[in-house]
Amino acid sequence: MSSPSHTTPSHTTPSHTTPSHTPLNRTDPLVLGIETSCDETGIGIVRGTTLLANVIASSMDEHARYGGVVPEVAARAHLEEMSPAIHAALAEAGIRLDEIDAVSVTSGPGLAGALMVGVGAAKALAIALDKPIYAVNHLVGHVGADLLATGADGASEPLQYPTIALLVSGGHTSLLLVRDLTGDVELLGETIDDAAGEAFDKVARVLGLPYPGGPHIDRLAAAGNPKAIRFPRGLTLPKDMAKHRYDFSFSGLKTAVARWVEKAQDAGEEVPVADVAASFREAVVDVLLGKAIAACADYGVPRLLLGGGVVANARVRELAAERTAAAGIELRIPPLSLCTDNGAMIAALGAQLIMAGNEPSSLDFGADSTLPVTEIQVR
Amino acid sequence: MLLAIDTSAGTSVAIVDRDRGILAERSEVDTMRHAEVIGGMIQAVLDESAVARAELSGVVAGMGPGPFTGLRVGIAAARTFALALGRPLVPIVSHDAIAFAHFAAEAAGVAGARTAPLLVVTDARRREVYWSAYSGVDELGLPVRLDGPGLAKPDALPALALDAFDAFDGAFERLDAAEISAGALGMVAELSFAAGRPFTADEPLYLRSPDVTPSNGPKRVTR
Repeated sequence: MSSPSHTTPSHTTPSHTTPSHTPLNRTDPLVLGIETSCDETGIGIVRGTTLLANVIASSMDEHARYGGVVPEVAARAHLEEMSPAIHAALAEAGIRLDEIDAVSVTSGPGLAGALMVGVGAAKALAIALDKPIYAVNHLVGHVGADLLATGADGASEPLQYPTIALLVSGGHTSLLLVRDLTGDVELLGETIDDAAGEAFDKVARVLGLPYPGGPHIDRLAAAGNPKAIRFPRGLTLPKDMAKHRYDFSFSGLKTAVARWVEKAQDAGEEVPVADVAASFREAVVDVLLGKAIAACADYGVPRLLLGGGVVANARVRELAAERTAAAGIELRIPPLSLCTDNGAMIAALGAQLIMAGNEPSSLDFGADSTLPVTEIQVR
Repeated sequence: MLLAIDTSAGTSVAIVDRDRGILAERSEVDTMRHAEVIGGMIQAVLDESAVARAELSGVVAGMGPGPFTGLRVGIAAARTFALALGRPLVPIVSHDAIAFAHFAAEAAGVAGARTAPLLVVTDARRREVYWSAYSGVDELGLPVRLDGPGLAKPDALPALALDAFDAFDGAFERLDAAEISAGALGMVAELSFAAGRPFTADEPLYLRSPDVTPSNGPKRVTR
């Protein structure tokens, strides 16, 4: 996204690509969001910051026998789930399709073939309805999810900015500094190899546990000793912290766990699965929270927002609560249904862009598997 | 009137009318830009034809055969457009559009065109091709598919064709196509619909399984 100019000439350039002929509702827009960046087909409907529908069709079961997300399997599932999910979301929201003010869709980052299904569907939907389209960033969408958690029931105050956001899933491990949801998001660091969720899946396989690994490791770890085995904390040594202060690495940890387990097996010992699970989980969560809290301190930002499917992990939430409390940092964790990939967060970000006065995206955007977080909306 | 979309090769979008033929058509041969160009092309044919959305009685989707990634973009777009209009999706085998256009050119007496059984061949990538065998046209001018669509290694095609065109003493013409006209696709749908012919299933014709094998468990990291 081009940074806003402070020397705007007196005239504003009209949008040549806005298909809609009626003025856009910019106070409380009804937005349908489409998310297909990985293995979840998500259709969400929001009105402003009020969540009306959040339908998620996951192809996770189809990936289980392959031990991980297979892009082609995911993309095929998106195509089959798209129309049923749109129908289900409309029913859940109790609205007609022609009532919506705009369509919002994930343009990236994510799996290219999967993203393209959503992009094709969203463009056709917007044109058929003669409504504007907003192409948005998936990772920034995760941050936007928090707005829906507070908007509906008013149980807590809206998120203040700036905030640090830690997004952890099977595909991403990213630390963001969000100064303004629709205008200023900076990537502080990300994984340089495996995503945290991927490490859980791979270690689960080493321990003979099914995919996805997170819930199984979490369950076993509850009965284990997190200090039984000291597994390495990636990129936390002083020399690494100089260059990769906010970056993550979980590949070495995964290999360390595999070596430890193989050594025990080769010695004919019984593998203490609960201790391995607990110690591995502790190593991941320790690094995640350590770096997130450091970012809060370094930037003087007393707010931390968590997002992504790995937030389902009990220890992530527990340690986040402990460490933020100790450091005087406000912790925000949206409900799990808004933390995993979903269309509601994409709709929420689209609504924010509309309320911020942004013009719609052109019809020419594509799927960008490596879309940077600085590009909040693809024009 | 119908909106027709095909992304089984490049991208092609058209508005067609049974009586007036192709009212507007846009095509892009690039096989790597389906998601980028499809929106602008749908908008363009609507604008150029000046057909109101409510006048469309359905949306035609070219179901392939086609390589995975691009094929899905057009089917996804056609399905959601149909959903938004509350009109039916009309699935058509993309090769039928190639055969229809070929035979229509023959009927119009285009120089060089001649009537013969037809083998349509398109690129399936990975050194394979998609093929369909047609005997000619029926009384409506619709292509009659004898066999296919199928997936084959290029060297296996002659034997396959000999088999498919057995009734014609193995005589046929081969047409290698790199483009599918959404206009032709739409006209196949219009004529089929008017004659009450059944359509193909609303399923993408990948003709290949996802390229993946089940996991055999973890690999050792220690040697």
